[in-house]
Amino acid sequence: MCLAIPMEVVEVEQNMATVEMGDVRRQVCLDLLDGTVEVGDYLIIHAGYAIHLVDPEEARKTLSYFKEIFDYEVSG
Amino acid sequence: MKYQDEYRDPELAGRIIRAIGERSRTAARLMEICGTHTMAIFRAGIRSVLPETITLISGPGCPVCVTAAEDIDRAVALCRQPGVIVATFGDLMRVPGSESSLNREKARGADVRVVYAGFDALEIARQNPQRRVVMVGIGFETTAPTIAATVRQANREGLQNFFLLSAHKLLPPAMEVLLAAEDVHIDGFLCPGHVTTIIGIEPYRKVAQQYGKPCVVSGFEPVDILQSIYMLISQVESGESEVEIQYSRAVNSEGNERARKLMAEVFDTVDASWRGLGSIPGSGLRLKRDFREHDAELHFDLEVPTVRQHPGCRCGEVLRGSCTPVDCPLFRSSCTPSNPYGPCMVSSEGTCAAYYQYHGV
Ligand code: SF4
Repeated sequence: MCLAIPMEVVEVEQNMATVEMGDVRRQVCLDLLDGTVEVGDYLIIHAGYAIHLVDPEEARKTLSYFKEIFDYEVSG
Repeated sequence: MKYQDEYRDPELAGRIIRAIGERSRTAARLMEICGTHTMAIFRAGIRSVLPETITLISGPGCPVCVTAAEDIDRAVALCRQPGVIVATFGDLMRVPGSESSLNREKARGADVRVVYAGFDALEIARQNPQRRVVMVGIGFETTAPTIAATVRQANREGLQNFFLLSAHKLLPPAMEVLLAAEDVHIDGFLCPGHVTTIIGIEPYRKVAQQYGKPCVVSGFEPVDILQSIYMLISQVESGESEVEIQYSRAVNSEGNERARKLMAEVFDTVDASWRGLGSIPGSGLRLKRDFREHDAELHFDLEVPTVRQHPGCRCGEVLRGSCTPVDCPLFRSSCTPSNPYGPCMVSSEGTCAAYYQYHGV
């Protein structure tokens, strides 16, 4: 039921967006999101609705934070 | 693919696995309560790379698996009514009730349609004004707001032929039931990513503070899950119990307030009966009075005979994490994905299905 992979916004029209991941294209409803969505954003989709706009900064932080921690802890 | 490949990096995963090995000393049983986590853990072979100290157990995180047989019976009763179209998510189709499933009813000629979103069911209602369309809503806090949006839309449009049979469930009350149970021992929770996207971390605070069990909200890629296990183990080793978010790219601590408001506008919280866990106070959702003209339970006579389940099926215990599928004598011998006895084998996210596909092969 749950789509675990974020999908990229390729088109926005009113409260609907077209999202894409690989060859999969879908129409999703934006009614559960606050704020605006732009082409190029990544969305978490569940049962046809976008439930979250992926935070690129947090995505980067998660990876780098752990890279640093593990470098330190594993070698130290 | 973006936000995917980098969280599957074997190099990074290997480092985290080593760090877990170095850090873990105390025996710890960690429960995941999301069917998507269960599948991801098996697919990536994560159980086999963890040190012996760590046991991963699967909890009641697969929405179709925890749907009570009586709810399936009600859906079956609905699709036998003349002129009714039943719409639901594909996962529910094969789940057995007492004596039938939606799939079987469809094969016998009932009009049951698989939809991908609530708004697809609305479209069916718009196109069939002379028929009554019932959406069978299942799923946790991630799905419930999408169905709330659907019902509100139906209401605004005055679609009098659209109904909802709500079998939605709320996860935190189930976590508490498990913590109070004597046959289940849990040292920490791998909390569901997208449920938390909606509910935020507040509901887990009680679990962490009152019950002293660490909670980490995890993403779905191998690196996410390994990092979350590392974070849980670190808490266990240092005697802490806090709520942490590993999956910060998709979850913030407040959750999605807009989605929660919509749920509160459309649904009341009620007691609900879970497969394997029985009735749990305040763990279900029912339409509010303002939306009662869309409530299938009020509109249809859904008296169903007493529930029967396959004798010998241990799905209930599997869902509680008090036994694993291999403890079930029917597992693999007579119960298989093509001939499933219980919902845990039916659903693609079910624990028995995961074991069947990945365990010991
Ligand atoms: S293996 Fe089959 S019969 Fe046994 S608990 Fe799982 S679903 Fe039920």
